[in-house]
Amino acid sequence: MTAAICNVSRRGFLGQIFSAGALVIAAPLAPKLKGAETWQPSVYLGIEPDGTVKIVAHRSEMGTGCRTGLPMIVADELEADWARVQVIQALGDAKYGSQDTDGSCSVRDFYDTLRTAGATARTMLENAAATKWGVPAEDCHGQNHFVVHAKSGRKLAYGALVESVSASTGTAPQQGAIRLKTPGQFRYIGKDIPIVDLKPIVTGKATFGIDARMPGMVYAAIERPPVMGATLKTCDDAEARQVKGVEQVVMLDLAKPPYGFKPLGGAAVIANNSWTALQGRKKLKIEWDLGENAAYDSAAYKQAMLDTARKPGRVSREMGNVDTEFAKDGKGVKIVEASYYTPMLAHAAMEPLAAVAEFKDGKVVTWTCTQNPQAVQDTVAKAVGIKKEDVECHVTLLGGGFGRKSKPDYVAEAALLSKQLGKPVKVVWSREDDVHFDYFHSPAALYMKAAVDDNGRPTAWLQRSVFPPIAMQGNPNEEYGGFQLSMGWTDIPYPIPNLRVENGPAKAHVRIGWLRSVSNIYHAFGVQTFTDELAAASGRDRVEYLLELIGQPRTIDFGKEGMKQSGPNNPKFPFDTARLRNVVEIAAQQSGWANKKAAPGRALGIAAHRSFLTYVAAVVEVEVHGSEIRIPRVDIAVDAGRIINPDRVKSQLEGAAVFGTSIALMGEITAAGGRIQQSNFDRYPVARMNQAPFETHVHIVTNDAAPAGVGEPGVPPIAPAICNAIFAATGKRIRELPIKGQLG
Amino acid sequence: MIQLTINGKPAHFDGDPDMPLLWYLRDDLALTGTKFGCGLGLCGACTVHVNGEAARSCQTPMRAAAGKRITTIEGLSAAGNHPLQKAWEQCNVPQCGYCQSGQIMQAAAMLKSKPHPTDHDIDTTMQGNICRCGTYQRIRQAIKMAAGVRA
Repeated sequence: MTAAICNVSRRGFLGQIFSAGALVIAAPLAPKLKGAETWQPSVYLGIEPDGTVKIVAHRSEMGTGCRTGLPMIVADELEADWARVQVIQALGDAKYGSQDTDGSCSVRDFYDTLRTAGATARTMLENAAATKWGVPAEDCHGQNHFVVHAKSGRKLAYGALVESVSASTGTAPQQGAIRLKTPGQFRYIGKDIPIVDLKPIVTGKATFGIDARMPGMVYAAIERPPVMGATLKTCDDAEARQVKGVEQVVMLDLAKPPYGFKPLGGAAVIANNSWTALQGRKKLKIEWDLGENAAYDSAAYKQAMLDTARKPGRVSREMGNVDTEFAKDGKGVKIVEASYYTPMLAHAAMEPLAAVAEFKDGKVVTWTCTQNPQAVQDTVAKAVGIKKEDVECHVTLLGGGFGRKSKPDYVAEAALLSKQLGKPVKVVWSREDDVHFDYFHSPAALYMKAAVDDNGRPTAWLQRSVFPPIAMQGNPNEEYGGFQLSMGWTDIPYPIPNLRVENGPAKAHVRIGWLRSVSNIYHAFGVQTFTDELAAASGRDRVEYLLELIGQPRTIDFGKEGMKQSGPNNPKFPFDTARLRNVVEIAAQQSGWANKKAAPGRALGIAAHRSFLTYVAAVVEVEVHGSEIRIPRVDIAVDAGRIINPDRVKSQLEGAAVFGTSIALMGEITAAGGRIQQSNFDRYPVARMNQAPFETHVHIVTNDAAPAGVGEPGVPPIAPAICNAIFAATGKRIRELPIKGQLG
Repeated sequence: MIQLTINGKPAHFDGDPDMPLLWYLRDDLALTGTKFGCGLGLCGACTVHVNGEAARSCQTPMRAAAGKRITTIEGLSAAGNHPLQKAWEQCNVPQCGYCQSGQIMQAAAMLKSKPHPTDHDIDTTMQGNICRCGTYQRIRQAIKMAAGVRA
C-alpha cells in the first residue's frame, strides 16, 4: 500500500480512481488546504486546526460496536486523545472499500488499513515537528495528541502542527517510513471503551433509520405480493383513498426474477403519517394471481428435503472411501446414522425496515438503516434510472441488522415513490411486513452417517446437507449450496480417513438470504449433535470425545484433505485445530464440566465450531421440567485473534447465546399456500428475559493472531450445545429445531 | 381537541382519536426516542409512562391519553441522569440500542413500585420487553445497580 495524502478538493476524483483503503498520494497540496482547513491524510481521518480529530466510520453500526472499534484502531496508531475524537459516519462511497457490514469482517478486513492510516498521519505530524525543531524525526513521538521531543522536553499539540503539515512537501511517508506501533504500545486496542453512541441511546436521542425525517415528506405503506412471483389481477383502492389523511395510492411495478435486492413492488398508500398509511393499506382490495410458488408448503417441503438428504448428492470433499467402510457393517464397525432438520427463520431485528428518500433533479438523497450503503447506491440507481454516484446514502444507526439490512429493497421503494410523487417519501414497514417479506434463513435437512470401531471412533463419516441456497437471488433455479458449503460443512476439521461431504438440491420458493452466522447454524447443528450422539453411543465423556475427533494440534491443508474446490483456505487464517481444542478445554474447565454431576433434568452440553475464522466453544447448562427449559448458565470460550474492544466482544457473545437460544427453543417460519404463516412476535417468538440464559460467561483467549470475526461466530454452537445438554439431562435426543413442543 | 401533557409541557391533538399515542409522539412531535417494534403490544419498544405507569404507546389510542401526563425517554430526567440511565451507561448495556428506551422506561416504572426488585421481579416485569441483541443479563445488572441491590 502506498501512503498518501488525499487532497480534499479532489476527494471525489481520487475516490473514483483508487481502490478503497488505499492512502493516496496527492502532491503538491492545493494551497487552499493551508490555514483553517481540515488536514485529511486519508479517507478515514482528518485533523482540524483546533486539534479535533475526525475519524470516519465507514461500516454500519447495528450493535456490534464497530462504529467505536474501527475508530479506536485509527486513534490508537495516531496517538489521538480519545476525548478529542469525533466519529463521522461515512456516506456510501466506493472510496472506503467495502462497506458491506456483514460476514463479521469489519475489523478483520480493515485492521491493517486503519492502523496504517493512523500511523501515517502520526508519522507526518512527528516529521513536521522535527523539522520545526531542527531535530531528527526518530526522536519525536506522537503521544496523546501532542508530538513530544523527549530529549528537550518540548511538545507541540497536533492541532498546532496541522498548518505546517499541510504546507510541507505534501508527500506522505512511504510504507517503510511509517512507524507502526508494537502491541505493547497500544493505547486503546485491547481496552474496554464505551460505545460512542451510549449517551444518545440511553436518552432516546440516537437516530435510527425509522427516526430519519426530511422536510415535506409523506409516509408510505406498501401492499406487496403475498407469494414470491405473484402478479396483480385487480386493485380496488377506492376505500383506501377515503381514509382521512390518505393522499393517494400509487402502484409500483412488481419485481421479476432474479429478485436480487429489487423492490418487490405493489400498491403504496401515501399518507400524512405512518399510522394513517398503515390504516389506509388495510382498506385496499387486491386480488393476486399467486403463481407457481403458491404450491410452497413447509410440511411437504421439509419431508422432500429430508428425502433428498438420504440420496447421493454433489460431493464437495472426499478422502478415502466411505462406502467400502460402511460395507463392513457388523464386521468390526458399527453404523450410526441420523437425520436432522432446522427450519426457516426470520431476522426480526427490533427496528423494522425503514427508509426516507428524496428524488430531485435526477439525484437521490436517502437516510436509512443499511448494512450496505454502496448496495443502496446500486439498487436505487438501477430502480430509478440514474448513476450510482448520484445516490447519496446517509447511514443511520441500525436497530439490529443480522443480515437483513444488507439487502436494500426497502430503500429503492422510497426512492421510486419519491420519483413518482415529487417529494420526499418515508417507507414504513410494519412488523408483519418485516416478517412476511424477509430474505429468509434457509430451512435445512442434514443426513449424517458414520462407521465406528470398537472404541467408538469413526472410521468413516458421510454428511449431506440440503437447503435452498442464497444464490437464488441471482438465479432463481439454483439448487446447490455453492459458497455456503464452506460455512462449517466442507471445512469439517475431523481427521477421519474416510470422509465424504455432500450437498443435495433444493429450489427456493421464497427469497433466501443470510442471517447471523448463515449456514453455520445448521451445519454446526448437524456436526455437533452427531458428534454428541456418537460419544453417547459409546459411553464416552463428550468433551474428551470431541477433543479426540478434533485430533492432534495441526494446521489443516484442506486441499490435501480432499476438498474439491477452493474453500476456506485463507493463508492468513489457516484452520488451526490447536485453537479449537483450546476453546473446548477452556469452556469445559470454566463451566466446571469435570465436577458438575448431572442430576435428573439438569445437565451440561457442549458444542464447538469455527466460523468467520474464529474458534468458539460453548457449554450450556439446562434444567428441564416437563416441557419447560431453563438455562441457568452458559460458558463461551472464544479465540478471535487480536481483540480491539474486549467489552464489545463479550457483549456480542452474550448476545449470541440469546440469539442461539431463540433458534434452539422457539424460532420457526413456515409457509402454506406460498404465504408466510407468522407475522409478529406472538407466532414468531424470540427469547425474552425469562427464557434467555440467566448468565453467560465469556472467556476470551488473548493472542496476537490476526483479528478475525466476532459478530456471528458465537451463534452456531449454542443450539447444539443446548440440545446435547437436554439429551444428557433427559435422554431425549433433539434432531429437529425448534425444541418447542418436543419435550414433556 | 385532545389536551394532554408531554414531558411536563401542554400539548394538543386534533386528529383521529383512534391513532395510537406512539405515532403522535413519533410523527407529529418528532419525539423519536419512543420506538415502533410490533404495533401489538408484544415487544415493549414503545413503552412510555402514562400518569407515571408504564404503558405501551402503540396500544394507547389518543382518546385514552386525553388529560394524561405522558413521560417519554426524552423526559425521564432533565440531563439524562436518571439512576437507570447512569447504570445503563456504567454496565454498557446497549448493543444496537433500539429497544433500550422502552427497557429503561419499563424498569423506571417498576422501581417506583418495587424499589428493591428480586431477580424474579425483574424477569416478570421485563419479559414484556424484547431485546433481539440479547442484552438481558446486563439489563438485569443495571437495574440492580440503580436500585442498590446486590448483583
